[in-house]
Amino acid sequence: MAAGFKTVEPLEYYRRFLKENCRPDGRELGEFRTTTVNIGSISTADGSALVKLGNTTVICGIKAEFAAPPTDTPDKGYVVPNVDLPPLCSSRFRSGPPGEEAQVASQFIADVIENSQIIQKEDLCISPGKLSWVLYCDIICLDYDGNILDACTFALLAALKNVQLPEVTINEETGLAEVNLKKKSYLNIRTHPVATSFAVFDDTLLIVDPTGEEEHLATGTLTVVMDEEGKLCCLHKPGGSGLTGAKLQDCMSRAVTRHKEVKKLMDEVIKSMKSK
Amino acid sequence: MEGAMQADAEIRSESGTESGPRGPACSLRHFACEQNLLSRPDGSASFLQGVAEKSRERLIRNTCEAVVLGTLHPRTSITVVLQVISDAGSLLACCLNAACMALVDAGVPMRALFCGVTCALNSDGTLVLDPTAKQEKEARAVLTFALDSVERKLLMSTTKGLYSDAELQQCLAAAQAASQHIFRFYRESLQRRYSKS
Repeated sequence: MAAGFKTVEPLEYYRRFLKENCRPDGRELGEFRTTTVNIGSISTADGSALVKLGNTTVICGIKAEFAAPPTDTPDKGYVVPNVDLPPLCSSRFRSGPPGEEAQVASQFIADVIENSQIIQKEDLCISPGKLSWVLYCDIICLDYDGNILDACTFALLAALKNVQLPEVTINEETGLAEVNLKKKSYLNIRTHPVATSFAVFDDTLLIVDPTGEEEHLATGTLTVVMDEEGKLCCLHKPGGSGLTGAKLQDCMSRAVTRHKEVKKLMDEVIKSMKSK
Repeated sequence: MEGAMQADAEIRSESGTESGPRGPACSLRHFACEQNLLSRPDGSASFLQGVAEKSRERLIRNTCEAVVLGTLHPRTSITVVLQVISDAGSLLACCLNAACMALVDAGVPMRALFCGVTCALNSDGTLVLDPTAKQEKEARAVLTFALDSVERKLLMSTTKGLYSDAELQQCLAAAQAASQHIFRFYRESLQRRYSKS
């Protein structure tokens, strides 16, 4: 009976739950789904992380390669993020060139890396003007159930914390780079940006961490990326219903608590890995 | 059946209405607008203000989708084509203003008008509204907002750089104040257009 109603009138079905201040999966309006993270699972990558936010599963793999630094900034390296939403994660995606959603997500991750200064690009430089590291961050969604941006940001952060770069020395005589694979060091991660996404319903109600169905029924979405000092790296609101300043303020406070939750989880995982 | 209503928005500097000089209260640059300048499309407008990859297009499209009453025009495709003639900073805000004016000129039913405002935050914390390209490059953070005309709610926002929550609220308040000027300008330019014809 309920399943029939849900198919015929999904929005009305949803509103009945929202009236009781909860959602069909039993969560409250401000509650996130269970977040799990697995770091370092891909041995062939220099850094990797798998993040599950409820059913949404995202994996990030980072490969470090050599490249010539850009001519206008010879003392900086590159970080090249790429978000891939393959057909296997959801039936809405087709195979072929990246769709709009994947491109927007890639641009979003690139903006977060740029704005938050998560790593100092100068750290990636080996020899100014000649050689630098380029980090290819490939983020692939394995299961799409809403809130892809939060999962991607978390996966990227966790994978970057896992990256170990070998020491590189430039041989004076030959001018070639010599890589010492035995001596590896972690990247210097300066800030920890954490994304919190909200969906706007009926122009008034804000819910946190929307699932795929909720995103579809929502009238707007908002993603806030905050670092540990409470500074905002990105306020991504691609259209949709309007929000007042007061509602934005509520979102900020929720983002602050979410940041603490995520940071705690990540620190625990990294600690458990180091102790092994 | 597809009725494609093309709203072409170009940015030009000739006749049409022009805003007054920058007063002390509002620090937006000079802007001008002209409508119905192209004969083929159903509606067109040019918007000059004091500079689309997929994400910019998506931002503009989602903002338009939020205000346009699509249910009154089923099986209709509304194409908004924006051509940048010159970019002197605050490009996205200018595109949003042009898109809104073009939709009005085309007679598309909307639930509210919208306008775009850009804010730049300098390293010392000062706020500059409607920055030039140089000011944008030197700023610590650049925030672009789209606000609606009914309650000045935030329809769209995209930001670059790092800033605090208090600075965000400050920029939003400044943008809401500036949007008053832009909406008044919309009204005046439309009044002038319809009084002429």
